[in-house]
Amino acid sequence: MLNIKKESANGIGTIRLEGRLDTTTSPMLEEELKTFVPDLKELIFDFKQLEYISSAGLRVLLSAQKVMQKQGSMKLINVREEVNEIFEVTGFSDILTIE
Amino acid sequence: MNEPVLFSEEWRGEASRGRLGDVLAFIGSLLDQAACPLKIRMQIEIAAEEMFVNVCDYAYGGDPGPCTVEAKLTDREDGRLFVLTFIDEGVPYNPLEKDDPDTSLPAEERQIGGLGIFMAKKSVDLMDYEYRDSRNIVTMYKKL
Repeated sequence: MLNIKKESANGIGTIRLEGRLDTTTSPMLEEELKTFVPDLKELIFDFKQLEYISSAGLRVLLSAQKVMQKQGSMKLINVREEVNEIFEVTGFSDILTIE
Repeated sequence: MNEPVLFSEEWRGEASRGRLGDVLAFIGSLLDQAACPLKIRMQIEIAAEEMFVNVCDYAYGGDPGPCTVEAKLTDREDGRLFVLTFIDEGVPYNPLEKDDPDTSLPAEERQIGGLGIFMAKKSVDLMDYEYRDSRNIVTMYKKL
């Protein structure tokens, strides 16, 4: 299960994810991003409540990163240790900005 | 090799993405039973998800076929060992022969293919492949 909470103001958008970003739930986030991202200068993912991420989730983050790289910036905040380890193993920690 | 088996269970079903939740619930209940630490549990779930999706997408190419998932926990001298086996009747596919993705490339050059299998490999202690009786048999071992 995944809950997606979005808010944006002045070109800065924040997405709070709660639950699991996996094969089943990643298409949901992908859909949400399509309409949320176009007007943003900065995209912030708050992963405080994100418990799990698989390659399907990484795929969505990578495409968001590619889009945001062209129009502004993207960062991840409050990443849990277990999720961060996935970023380390896959080299995503070098691609993504994690604070 | 007469280690005591703490449990040995089996799930049989269709290899389709819609059944992923069932497979993870099956494995999750066994890991609950084993009081598996959270971090190891997540690694096992990742390995299971990536392997099951791989069976759905590559072994059967999206046209669902049968899949069996065996889960076993043994008590060895050096600790408990969780053994997870995926069996399908799709096209021969050895995940161990797949090249690991280049994890040092920048975002623009990143290829996403092969990442799932790579994550599965990295999440377990050992992965083994066998093609026998027209079946792909992938076994993953993880110390609890």
